[in-house]
Amino acid sequence: MDTKNKKQHRYGMVIDLDKCTGCGACMVACAVENNIPPATAKATDRTGITWVRVYKFDNGLPFPNNRSAYIPMPCQQCGEHTPCVSVCPQKAVEVDAASGIVAQIPVRCLGCRYCMTACPYHARYFNWWDPVWPAGMEKTLNPDVSPRMRGVVEKCNFCHERLQAARAKAAAEGRDEIDPSDYQPACVEACPTGAITFGDLADPNSEVAQLVQNGHAFRMLETLGTEPKVYYRSDQAWVRQIAQQEVQKPKAKEKVHG
Amino acid sequence: MVVKNRGRLIFLAGVLVMLVVGWFGFPRMLYQKTNQPIQFSHRVHTGDKAGLTCEDCHSFQADGRFNGIPSISKCGGCHVGLLGNSPDEKVLVEKYVATNTEIPWLVYSRQPENAYFSHVQHVRLAKIQCERCHGPHGAGDTLRPYESDRLTSYSRDIWGHSLSRIHSEVWDGKKMDNCASCHEQRGVSNSCLLCHK
Repeated sequence: MDTKNKKQHRYGMVIDLDKCTGCGACMVACAVENNIPPATAKATDRTGITWVRVYKFDNGLPFPNNRSAYIPMPCQQCGEHTPCVSVCPQKAVEVDAASGIVAQIPVRCLGCRYCMTACPYHARYFNWWDPVWPAGMEKTLNPDVSPRMRGVVEKCNFCHERLQAARAKAAAEGRDEIDPSDYQPACVEACPTGAITFGDLADPNSEVAQLVQNGHAFRMLETLGTEPKVYYRSDQAWVRQIAQQEVQKPKAKEKVHG
Repeated sequence: MVVKNRGRLIFLAGVLVMLVVGWFGFPRMLYQKTNQPIQFSHRVHTGDKAGLTCEDCHSFQADGRFNGIPSISKCGGCHVGLLGNSPDEKVLVEKYVATNTEIPWLVYSRQPENAYFSHVQHVRLAKIQCERCHGPHGAGDTLRPYESDRLTSYSRDIWGHSLSRIHSEVWDGKKMDNCASCHEQRGVSNSCLLCHK
């Protein structure tokens, strides 16, 4: 396994907001895959964890012109100036060179939550409590993902264990590169409307790369320059606008100390 | 003058005592030894008698998953009845094969749960010999007692048996440093996600 000469991948996804119905199947599939204990009803950030939150937003107009849409928000897997990486005092976060995935290593995390403050997408979550599974449900734990304890931050890693499984399969068949169809995160698999497309953005022929090129695709807070690898797309202009709404460049006249 | 020297001597003696305790006493205190359920002889299986290779029992699945220690059905494939006259084989056949019960082996190289290791990538792609990490385990006649760390409950093989690290064997120790240094030598990535899940 010589990674020096290996192809560099940039895994990413395109989420079609016109297809997303806000059903939350991605959140459930993600929790089951990644050993996130089921949250109680009306759980908050303090009592429950999810790696992909589905937000609802609308165009703010009164009936009958009101339109609403949903936006699933996993870790956006920033490729440049990754805010969480640069602030972590523990080197518990890094951008994986081979896959472009932003790696969070919970056992190294000291729980300062600086990364949560730095993350412009609010896609990082803190374990306020030790995870508890209802009796009998420990048997459903995924052995390919280690459970996290209280006091550490965790987040989406594009189901990296599935990439590892795909690599192992490729090795068993004597291949150096994985078959792209072997690697799909759990949310992509679970989405009933097929709103999420996943693949290698570095491969210009991949479906994701094509979707990004085809127009109507955008990323969240693009002007921050974080180069996320999670894209969204919508044919409706108001959806594309609202996603960009918070993007305002800092005022030039900002007061400088001293 | 005498009093001054006396203090020095007591100090040095104290250092010496603590060194002896630290090097010889502490490991005994730290590690709990447990015998394996059966004295399995790798040599009998890999030698002239049966002539098996490592992969005959420690096999891969089609999707690349490593089976680790084979299940009792694999043993039962040959040991339907007694093939030799060792007392341990008698236990195997009567206690485990006949009742189809898995042998509660204590796995020397079991890693903590946040570590990921893919045997298939190391064996098939990197062509690393089993002995590189497991030493002459496949040639042994007996199974040494399993030693577990009383504090962490990890196997002693993870930390390694040598305390001084002088002349320690290349396979001694399966810590992150051991993995990382080999990766570095071979120019393989040392990114966190490669080995952590």
